[in-house]
Amino acid sequence: MEFNVNHPILYIVVGAIIALVLGQSVFFLLRAMKRAKELGISNDTLKKTISSAAIFTVAPAVAVLVGVVALSKSLGVALPWLRLSVIGSITYETVAAGNALEAAGMGAGTTVTDPSVFITIAWVMTVGIAAGLILVPFVTKKLQSGLSQVGMKDKKWGEIFNNAMFLGMISAFLGYVFCDVGLVVKGDTSGLIPVCVMAVSAVVMAICGLIATKAKIRWLTDYALPLSLVIGMASAIPFTALLGG
Amino acid sequence: MKKNEMTYMESVHRYGRIWGIAVGVVLLLFPFLLSLIFRTAPNFSVLWKGILATAPMYWAVGIVEIFTYVPMLGAGGTYLSFVTGNISNLKLPCAIDAMERAGVKASDEEGEVISTISIAVSSIVTTLIIAIGVICIVPLTPVLESPVLEPAFDMILPALFGGLAVVFISKNLKLSIAPILLMLALFIFVPALNASTVGIMVPVGVLFTVAVARILYKKGVL
Repeated sequence: MEFNVNHPILYIVVGAIIALVLGQSVFFLLRAMKRAKELGISNDTLKKTISSAAIFTVAPAVAVLVGVVALSKSLGVALPWLRLSVIGSITYETVAAGNALEAAGMGAGTTVTDPSVFITIAWVMTVGIAAGLILVPFVTKKLQSGLSQVGMKDKKWGEIFNNAMFLGMISAFLGYVFCDVGLVVKGDTSGLIPVCVMAVSAVVMAICGLIATKAKIRWLTDYALPLSLVIGMASAIPFTALLGG
Repeated sequence: MKKNEMTYMESVHRYGRIWGIAVGVVLLLFPFLLSLIFRTAPNFSVLWKGILATAPMYWAVGIVEIFTYVPMLGAGGTYLSFVTGNISNLKLPCAIDAMERAGVKASDEEGEVISTISIAVSSIVTTLIIAIGVICIVPLTPVLESPVLEPAFDMILPALFGGLAVVFISKNLKLSIAPILLMLALFIFVPALNASTVGIMVPVGVLFTVAVARILYKKGVL
């Protein structure tokens, strides 16, 4: 078959794989919903969980789409569509494709015309991130049953342990936000952009929390995270203009 | 009731494994299939170079991520997230927020169920948005690539974790001081720590915070 990065057969194969992955999410969603009802979790909680998860997802998903567009210049649309709909992340897929293109002696942005190079890139992108995909089916059960013991013995510690994990992860990302502030001493203020964006997002979240408790507007807490995310992202536009990107 | 609980968790693991292995095999077969369709082998010297440049770092991060994220995501959430990806920038914040608002813990079955629902919904919505985007890629490209919007998409992580941090720091003020100071110092003063190495620092942050929590708890501070 004559090769072309946007060959129709690529869309058919990729579409079928994505449908399978979608099927997995629907399968787990339906089972979890059924179990939630058995456990007596209220319909109201379930509805709010679903609607706020859906709304929260929009902005990050559009950012992923930006990654598809960026990669489509050299790889066509079908391969980035698959790669960014499954495993990996925007950062990973871009790095992996870049490494493979570089190994093939091509720059980013030039369209791949050699099927052998295209297949090689698909291999690199697939194998480079396969650790989680291969290991998760075999280790999750053991790991999880070991950890569920933590909360069993001492309920209060179980709760603190849970919060400590989340805080640990959040603190790593907060640190990351500050990773370029040191450049300010060299006169480069662009390192302050993520700090300002984070501050805006934090202030929006705090205001939402205050209004929600003082004025008893419950729905505001359900959408506070997507709201702080989108306003924070929007604030990046003036901050970048001001501080230089 | 107790027996029933076991059954649900057992079934999550059973179906999680079946789906995980099935999807894993399909994804690994995809490049093979490309070779069959276009009757071309990969270029092995390029393949080797590309894998060597990519795999060591991401396999290391991937293995560490399993140990770090399984307790936070729960079983169903893990099986879904490690197939659909974008964990730290999408699935995990989504699940954490959902569990927090529902007042449940990841280690309880209620948390397991809420986490799974939020991650499944998030995966479905992501897949649909990308599919719509792919269909409308021609008219959407100028919008998505516009230089005006570019900074907004670049700053998704700070915008995400700013909001999330407020929720968790305000709830755990005493516990949050030490890990935040440690991470700030590390990221500001160690130049090697940046966007591509933050994945390695997540487990460091988690282990450190859990250790601090244990000490403070034993001393009766928490």
